[in-house]
Amino acid sequence: MQRERWQLQHQEHPSIERIKSDTGTAPARGQEHRLPSGISNCIVGTLGFFRERMEYIRTPKIENVRLLDRVSSKKASVGSLYLTATHLIFVEHLSESRKETWILHSQICAVEKQATTATGCPLLIRCKNFQVIQFIISQERDCHDIYISLIRLSRPVKYEELYCFSFNPKQEKNERERGWNLTDLEAEYNRMGVPNSLWQVSHVNRDYGVCDTYPAELYVPKSASTPVIVGSSKFRSRGRFPVLCYFCQDNNGAICRSSQPLSGFSARCLEDEQMLQAIRMSNPGSDFLYVVDTRPKLNAMANRAAGKGYENEDNYSNIKFHFIGIENIHVMRNSLQKLLDVCELRSPAMSDFLWGLESSGWLKHIKAIMDAGIFIAKAVAEEAASVLVHCSDGWDRTAQVCSIAGLLLDPFYRTLKGFMVLIEKDWVSFGHKFNHRIQEKTNSLWPHLMKNQIDYKNPLYRKDHSQTQGVLRPHTTPSNFRFWRNMYNRFEKGMHPRQSVTEFLMAVKEETQQLEEELEVLEEKLARLDQSHLRDRREAIKLPHNLESTTDQCLTNTPQDYTDNGKPFTSCSSSQADENSETTILIHNMKHSDTDLSGNSDQESGVADLSCRSPSGGDFLSSEDSSKNLSEYPEEIAFAVA
Amino acid sequence: MELSELIETSKVDHVLLSRPFLQPVKGTLCVTSHHLLLSSRAGDKEELWLLIRNIDAIEKRLAGSSGIITIKCKDLCVMSLEIPGMEECLNIAKSIEALSSLETTSHMYPFFYRPKQLNLLEGWDLFTPEEQFTKLSIHTDNWRLSYVNKEFAVCTTYPDAVIVHKCIDDAAIKTVAGFRQGGRFPVFSYYHKKTKMVIMRSSQPLTGANGKRCKEDEQFLAAVLQPDKKGFIIDTRSIQAAHQAKVKGGGFESKTNYHNWKRLHRPIERGRVLQESLIKLIDACNDQSNSIDRWLSKLETSKWLTHLKTVLTIACMAAQCVDREGASVLIHGSEGRDTTLQLTSLAQIILDPDCRTISGFQALIEREWLQAGHPFQIRCASSAYSHAKLKQEAPIFLIFLDCCWQMSCQFPCSFQFNEQFLITLFEHAYASCFGTFLCNNEKERFTLNVKEQTISIWARMNSPSEQKQYVNPLYERNNFTIWPSVAPQSLQLWQGLFLRWIRTPEHQNEAWEQIKHIIELSRRKANPSSTELSVLKEDYAAN
Repeated sequence: MQRERWQLQHQEHPSIERIKSDTGTAPARGQEHRLPSGISNCIVGTLGFFRERMEYIRTPKIENVRLLDRVSSKKASVGSLYLTATHLIFVEHLSESRKETWILHSQICAVEKQATTATGCPLLIRCKNFQVIQFIISQERDCHDIYISLIRLSRPVKYEELYCFSFNPKQEKNERERGWNLTDLEAEYNRMGVPNSLWQVSHVNRDYGVCDTYPAELYVPKSASTPVIVGSSKFRSRGRFPVLCYFCQDNNGAICRSSQPLSGFSARCLEDEQMLQAIRMSNPGSDFLYVVDTRPKLNAMANRAAGKGYENEDNYSNIKFHFIGIENIHVMRNSLQKLLDVCELRSPAMSDFLWGLESSGWLKHIKAIMDAGIFIAKAVAEEAASVLVHCSDGWDRTAQVCSIAGLLLDPFYRTLKGFMVLIEKDWVSFGHKFNHRIQEKTNSLWPHLMKNQIDYKNPLYRKDHSQTQGVLRPHTTPSNFRFWRNMYNRFEKGMHPRQSVTEFLMAVKEETQQLEEELEVLEEKLARLDQSHLRDRREAIKLPHNLESTTDQCLTNTPQDYTDNGKPFTSCSSSQADENSETTILIHNMKHSDTDLSGNSDQESGVADLSCRSPSGGDFLSSEDSSKNLSEYPEEIAFAVA
Repeated sequence: MELSELIETSKVDHVLLSRPFLQPVKGTLCVTSHHLLLSSRAGDKEELWLLIRNIDAIEKRLAGSSGIITIKCKDLCVMSLEIPGMEECLNIAKSIEALSSLETTSHMYPFFYRPKQLNLLEGWDLFTPEEQFTKLSIHTDNWRLSYVNKEFAVCTTYPDAVIVHKCIDDAAIKTVAGFRQGGRFPVFSYYHKKTKMVIMRSSQPLTGANGKRCKEDEQFLAAVLQPDKKGFIIDTRSIQAAHQAKVKGGGFESKTNYHNWKRLHRPIERGRVLQESLIKLIDACNDQSNSIDRWLSKLETSKWLTHLKTVLTIACMAAQCVDREGASVLIHGSEGRDTTLQLTSLAQIILDPDCRTISGFQALIEREWLQAGHPFQIRCASSAYSHAKLKQEAPIFLIFLDCCWQMSCQFPCSFQFNEQFLITLFEHAYASCFGTFLCNNEKERFTLNVKEQTISIWARMNSPSEQKQYVNPLYERNNFTIWPSVAPQSLQLWQGLFLRWIRTPEHQNEAWEQIKHIIELSRRKANPSSTELSVLKEDYAAN
């Protein structure tokens, strides 16, 4: 069974037969069609939850639904659409593999019902993972039902409605707990060498009383007393006072984070000033502290009118204040939407794409974040300085910038485990205490990733490498920033390289290791048999066969649409079955062939005709003509065969 | 004329050389007939050994008592020389300008280059029409090898031997040649075993404004097609351009006279537009002060990627006609020496796994570019920096190489050669110590005895020590047709070439070293052990 691997929860899928016993309201019960074989997996949660959710499902199954191929509109697969409490599932009918497409409701970010056409009612679903799916549902009513249900199901009202609360991979309780402990932040700070003579752990936020969006354990300068911390927190948006985020053992440089100060136009806070001074003193080698405000200066100034703002260099001793203009979430959101619009264009011209990429501003934002991260990493690594980073609330841009700086500074964060820790530390823990409550009822992502780490490994990674040892200094000239196709056009398989270097190398590595192990075992046996003379015999070199298979698999590709006008080249539509393509076209276009002959056969009817026809005569020189010419191709074949 | 007469000052001391990625170095600068040398005499090697032919443009400015010459090379490198003394600086500049703008082919360096390890004969017979014909006759007897062009009597831009359809005799070929621009009658280019269809190429027919016909031309093309089979003529001009060509005596195959041939107009840019595109692209790449917006805007305005996309798309379509539609294809534009060759050669790379090997690619360059008469010397006379008035320069060949690179990115395991191989070909097409890319066609090469008096680049590239650096460690022969994606998202700027003097290659090189290491390790382990293993298993089983 082939399944889209976008939903990583669905690696295991017990038999479908159990559905009926698990819930009384399984979709398509009693139907002769087999259900997608993973459904039971999503119906093993609490029954109450499902009953509630099932109420939103008006039609659990729709037959004769077409799933459109976004690259070529002619390719469509026909199948059934199932709506469950947690997923929308499309199962292809015709193919042997019964290919399935699973869409988790909470992955859906927009559902669009488009105007009904002769072929049916189109339903467009945009997912948060950048997948765009278009179904054509023959009955308008069915389409409407699905639409209404999805609107409701994709917008959970309570946290408990989220799939992660019902997802149960049948783990033991302690196994689940171990999963949550994979990223232990205390251990991480210990790894950085904290606590030490300069930094200590503070329990001031034990009950989330000082700041309800900070974790319970925080690392602060040893010289910062509780009154200073509490005072500082009162002078910062949402109480997010400056705390340690990264500590560089080699030179005592530290990265701290906070939210903006409530300085307005002139307000001061002695404790906050003391707090910054304490941070500066915690780095004995440096006589100043960088304060990096990641907002554009204009935004920061506008905040002053609302009683917020930024640090006044006159009030804080020995700080160097910098603005790094990263735009806010609203600008970013619009930018991403524009980028995705560009990604969704159907066979765009190169200019459309580059122009759209430019006007989306996406790469500009990426560069701004990179530049900020590099600024901070440089300050720590090269100047041995400490840096306090904030934006407004200090949980979006600040998280971006601090984690980029960490990634550049510390090789540990470039390992699989280290990256998880980094996300947990800079993103999750400094965002919501919510995290602690849901641990009881949900599973952590990290152990899942760890278990499948072979899929996420970079075969070229070298622990001992000069590049991984030190600080990374990426090039940031604009020409180095590229559109990340594998992310934003992730589901447009046709756009991606047809052979994967990573897969190839992983296969090679695995093979090498296997051979090594096998050889060891056999050599032992050999020693025992004392037949070492046999080693002289040599046979032909044989390639590891899993290499061959990876290559073969990715190479059975088919031509794209190489005609410029979007009308598919005949053979495209028939995918692999080319042998039949000509006959298909023949039937399909037969009725047009008469008009072809008279209408668009090059405007040529004879020698005389050509000789007297001046280039300016008639409308056949109009620009449409050449494009019309492009589209003729399939019809012409029909004509030839006829 | 002696070249040395052009040298005003041959030697200056205390010249400071600054180049990308390297520390500035001070030394003695020498100008010879063909090279610019700089030596600090610190080691036993010169710091700079630059072929003057490689210099695309120089700019000079004075700074105090010394002068600074900026040298912009055809291989896209930019370097500068700080020369003490104004007069010396001006003399050096003048000498470089004179030597680099030499147009007499026989004075060029390849005629003087005599390295010890390579001999003059090697590499020139790497590919011959005879050999191609022998291979072809295994599969079909519909074609014959014709020497009608002996001594280049019929077509000055074709080689002396060409493969033509067996139905056409040499007398008819001569008539057909008269009906095609520059005498470039339709010749065989590629045979696709799977469908038994062929790709042919030619120049435009000379129908002129009066719709002249040529019976032999029509009969010949009709005979190529099997009964009831349709063929496609891919014309690389727009339908308008093709009509306009009639005024100048050119034209296209009309439907009435060429019954079963379906003409497809797929315009591809050529000439000045392309050269300007390259100039704009390089300008964008070299401008480090750009913001992202400005960079993307400049990249877009250069249209380089647009041109790539067009060429690759049409090449794919040509390949599709042959492979998927089971139809033969004739490709031409006007002269059939530029865009036509881009298409015939790219289509073969898509269709034929042999063309994706090192030797197969060299053979492809030989037959579809060199012997097919692509005018290398005039197209590659200047690169992206030259201030000289544009004549007939156009990066036709570079676009082809870039398309190959794009495909190798999408099929990283299907090409036996690597990026360095393509970059090396680019460099030598523009300036070389080898004779391969000299002249514009086989006739000129024959007249100047290029093949007797210069060394072939293949001799160098195929020497075992050299070839190693061109091998793609990921290569595994792939017998499938490769269909690249031509979506804008799938095509990217060839950073390895266009940013090669801007972005240090060390990280990329490290990654490749690691790839090589992994694969070598596996081969080392696999070879002895797999045999050992099988032997051991056998014996173990026997016991």
